[in-house]
Amino acid sequence: MVIFFEFAKRNVRLNWLRSLLAVIGIVIGVVAIASMGILGNSLYLSVSDTLTNVGDTIVIYPHTGTVSGGMQGGQSRLSISDRDMIEIERTISPSRAIPVRTTADRIQAGREVTAATVYGLRPDDIPVLLKRREGAFLRSSGGAMVGMRLAETLNLRVGSGVVIGEGGESLRIVGILEERGIGFDINPDYGIIVTDSWFYQKYGNSDWNQVIVQVKDLAQIERVKDALDQKFNRREKKFDILDTKQILQTILDAFNRISTFTVAIGGISLIVAGVSITNVMMMSVTERTKEVGILRSIGTTKRGILRMFLYESLILGLVGSGIGGLLSFIGGYLALAIMLQSTNYLFTPSSLLYIPFGMCFGVGVSMLSGFYPAWKASNLNPIEALRHE
Amino acid sequence: MNDGNGSEMPLIRMRDVRKVYPHPAGDVVALDGVTLEIGHGDFIAIMGPSGSGKSTLLNLIGCLDLPTSGEVSIEGRNVRDLSDDELTELRRDCIGFVFQTFNLLPLLNVVENVEFPCILKEGSRGCEERFLPVLKAIGIERDLFSHRPSELSGGQQQRVAIARALVNDPRLILCDEPTGNLDTKAGSQVMELLMDLNRRGRTVVVVTHDPRIAAYAKRKIEMMDGRIV
Repeated sequence: MVIFFEFAKRNVRLNWLRSLLAVIGIVIGVVAIASMGILGNSLYLSVSDTLTNVGDTIVIYPHTGTVSGGMQGGQSRLSISDRDMIEIERTISPSRAIPVRTTADRIQAGREVTAATVYGLRPDDIPVLLKRREGAFLRSSGGAMVGMRLAETLNLRVGSGVVIGEGGESLRIVGILEERGIGFDINPDYGIIVTDSWFYQKYGNSDWNQVIVQVKDLAQIERVKDALDQKFNRREKKFDILDTKQILQTILDAFNRISTFTVAIGGISLIVAGVSITNVMMMSVTERTKEVGILRSIGTTKRGILRMFLYESLILGLVGSGIGGLLSFIGGYLALAIMLQSTNYLFTPSSLLYIPFGMCFGVGVSMLSGFYPAWKASNLNPIEALRHE
Repeated sequence: MNDGNGSEMPLIRMRDVRKVYPHPAGDVVALDGVTLEIGHGDFIAIMGPSGSGKSTLLNLIGCLDLPTSGEVSIEGRNVRDLSDDELTELRRDCIGFVFQTFNLLPLLNVVENVEFPCILKEGSRGCEERFLPVLKAIGIERDLFSHRPSELSGGQQQRVAIARALVNDPRLILCDEPTGNLDTKAGSQVMELLMDLNRRGRTVVVVTHDPRIAAYAKRKIEMMDGRIV
């Protein structure tokens, strides 16, 4: 009933200082939850953006038994033969399999010398697997592409020449790759890409060190992985089959847990705010005992009294949550601008969702905190309440 | 006891009513076997020294409290058989309370105080056609309508309280020392008002210890130690 809401509103206004303090508590709680949530989620998003191949990739390595280091590959005699490759392609069809030859070697450009990973890829696969920043994609054996970081280190440009290994022929750089971040398949940022045939001529290795399978449909990833396992690992473990989704998930799970933890800390501050609302409402009930007695004697039901006091905490909760929601948007924006130097992640639904979430939580806590005092008020004995001064 | 109003069913019937307040140092017997009937159109003054149980009696008549034993019925309905909501509804629709300390709601202005029981009953605003005539009849000027109770004199406050008690057109008006906080002039004005209401058919019960106030009533009940004497 409107009259009870009006009552609650007037009482909030009458005790404005007390109400303000309770509202501040809710504001802080909502801001804590929402901005912690936004921050955690943005960290999560920025991590998952940094890690490439978000889940659509399966990487196949020759099984190294108990020896670790398969991810680096190259030196192991174990490898994936052309015949295996045909089997793999048949098993995963219609997804694409990209075989990779890997080694590490000395790279020389002018007077600069460094060591880098050398990747031998089939020219057709290069545009599928990698993004180009400058120049062209590699098409023939005479050239090479370099990762962005390596290009920076060696001052390489499109058209520069590099020598791979001791005293070989010079390769012309045809293109520079886009920065790729940390990948679970290959890490070409500090690497150099050559064609598979050049690699074979140079190192005499016709086998492959790893095969990257790009699955067309994310939902199929488990099925493809199982099919590969069935095909190659049934009798003895021939290949290690890693699905990047799983690796990524492990890392992201950890971030998620951190994010949940920070939100929980925010939640604690909201609970403290709830306690302060209970306190304010208890004071309100004590002060207005006589008023409750009058209201009851002229025909207000218990429900009416309950509603009047609940409206009061609802007002506190709504005002606090409203201000809190607004401030957490601003706060989240500032925190991201300072910590991540990018506010892009704020404007994603999963981040923004924390604002209504925090606000709902704020209103919920307020109502819950106001319930006991309101219930107590509604159950006052009318006569004793009337006598109260 | 029966003042024989021609009505078969008295407005209030109390039979052997006891009210005991539990107390660690020994229970306090506020009413000790009261039997009383109040007919329609009655004007009763309940008198007695403080602690004689007259306020307790009024609270029981007003459905604010339930007896420890005995029977209280209002228009034939035993209060024991009624739920808290039904008792509340009875207070809202059939009974008007007037208190010694006026007991207006400090957060509401004059009009809001008067229309409050009407809003409780009708569920919305628009009680204007109900409270305007009442305010007029009670003699509250229009320029006081938007005042808060704290801005009014005692006599004015009590008038507003009476207007509030009347807005739902109750059959029974219960007054607990209605003139206790008023000067003689304001007090007699209030009593004239109550007499006038009684003449128009309303039943009035006044608790007082002042014989001059009791003199306005048609019937006097003296109380002592929880009994009618």
